[in-house]
Amino acid sequence: MNIYVLLKRTFDTEEKIVIDNNRIDEEGAEFIINPYDEYAVEEAIQLRDEHGGEVTVVTIGGEEAEKQLRTALAMGADKSVLINTEDDVEEGDQYTTVKILEAFFDDKEADLILAGNVAIDEASGQVGPRLAERLNLPYVTTITDIKIAGETVHIERDVEGDVEKVDASLPLLVTCQQGLNEPRYPSLPGIMKAKKKPLEELELDDLDLDEEDVEMKTKTLEIFLPAEKEAGKVLEGELDDQVKELVSLLRDEAKVL
Amino acid sequence: MSQKMLVIGEARDGALRNVTFEAIAAARKISPNGEVVGILCGSDDVSNLGKEMIYYGADRVCTVQHDALATYTSDGYGQAVLSVIEEESPDGIVMGHTAIGKDLTPKLASKLESGLISDAVAVDHVGENVVFTRPIYSGKAFEKKMIADGLLFATIRPNNMKPLQRDDSRSGDVQSKQVDIKDVRTIIKDVLRKSTEGVDLSEANIVVAGGRGVKSAEGFEPLQQLADVLGAAVGASRGACDAEYCDYSLQIGQTGKVVTPDLYIACGISGAIQHLAGMSNSKVIVAINKDPEANIFNVADYGIVGDLFDVVPKLIEEFKQLKINA
Repeated sequence: MNIYVLLKRTFDTEEKIVIDNNRIDEEGAEFIINPYDEYAVEEAIQLRDEHGGEVTVVTIGGEEAEKQLRTALAMGADKSVLINTEDDVEEGDQYTTVKILEAFFDDKEADLILAGNVAIDEASGQVGPRLAERLNLPYVTTITDIKIAGETVHIERDVEGDVEKVDASLPLLVTCQQGLNEPRYPSLPGIMKAKKKPLEELELDDLDLDEEDVEMKTKTLEIFLPAEKEAGKVLEGELDDQVKELVSLLRDEAKVL
Repeated sequence: MSQKMLVIGEARDGALRNVTFEAIAAARKISPNGEVVGILCGSDDVSNLGKEMIYYGADRVCTVQHDALATYTSDGYGQAVLSVIEEESPDGIVMGHTAIGKDLTPKLASKLESGLISDAVAVDHVGENVVFTRPIYSGKAFEKKMIADGLLFATIRPNNMKPLQRDDSRSGDVQSKQVDIKDVRTIIKDVLRKSTEGVDLSEANIVVAGGRGVKSAEGFEPLQQLADVLGAAVGASRGACDAEYCDYSLQIGQTGKVVTPDLYIACGISGAIQHLAGMSNSKVIVAINKDPEANIFNVADYGIVGDLFDVVPKLIEEFKQLKINA
């Protein structure tokens, strides 16, 4: 089975956010595999171990994304591809990303493509369904379980807390939700092996694309931090009085009752 | 501005979700003088719901009725909605950022080769441009974004934009459209309803949420009582779900539901960033926690340092008293 994983290197949102010149300041920040993409990597490895085949992890970005690809290889993926857009794309959106991925998959025979259901930085959740549409693949989003039985793929997905059981068939694209699995940590031998595994680097040129083809459809005008919240009021005194005070604050000051 | 706007409506248990009315209001705001056309899909006759969309500000509504639309599938709804889009050729589309909205709109945008702004919490006119505001980086920052050219396409986060006043003197056409739906490639075998009866968590005005501090499934009982007194929905942090104190359908956060109520009462929740991503936009936040150092106090408007099992019963009594006096 030919399994592909779409992976994004993201800013760890546990970090403090600093905005400099209308951009999120990345200086010294920690970067990680988008946590929802980690579920995709883990599931891809498990499915390969069960059904055979090969797992290829694909990312779009700059040189520094090699680190996250190596981590996925150390977890157990077989191959990786970095589509390096550093020199060609100054700014992109989901349209850009999918245009590039569409060109990448043009000559591939993917049986299954796994992606995270959302990235924790931009949080649009568009790339999976957008790509499926371009590749004319059926897709199932926010999956929490997947079993391949012959021709049929049995899936459970999270729909605002309800569990929907869906049947589909390969080729297929799915996006992963928390609860699907517990991603493994790379083992030391895994890390050693990962160094020798293939990491192919492509540029737009190699995909017969140029800058204009991938020009974004949206424009970011401004990035800003939420207004600094005034320090909250931590109540004091006897508990009975605190509770009375809270209720009157909610009624008279906050006016939410 | 007089663009033609399409609003994709969404029903649950036979009634329109509130976010559909909010989407109509957003479409009106984008295009104050333009036509707002609703779309509704279903396997039953949904013309009554169509009228409801008109009472809330739509000018007319297209309905698509087909057996293949009994439950949502991206292929089924995709074909139905695309066929209406082709016929109407709107200048813009608005839908709720719900499970269906998240699944369907990127497919439509991709097919139409258009931009899409997901999860907007506000829409404004800045000069000639329609500018959307949306949270990024787990709600720690915001961006203002616009469509560079082409279709004005956006999904809106529930509970952030006010619906228009319902006016049942409004009238408009509710027209049903025949669409041939074929080749639905995903089959829904079953839906296990986990969400509890009562107030829809993502649309609730008041949310009472519990974390690890609730300590057990029974520990949620006082929270439920508090919610009942307030007409609130009950939610939980991932910690409480992982510990099996409650079902994952109650989870609020990056995974799980994103809520923006007027009042959020966090009981025994420490306030991890993943949880804050799901609730930090709430208008007023109350934190009740034994640990004065808990992160939740950093986003709270009001805090009580104490054991929730001491505080919550007293709160219930106090709110009951308030109700009697009112």
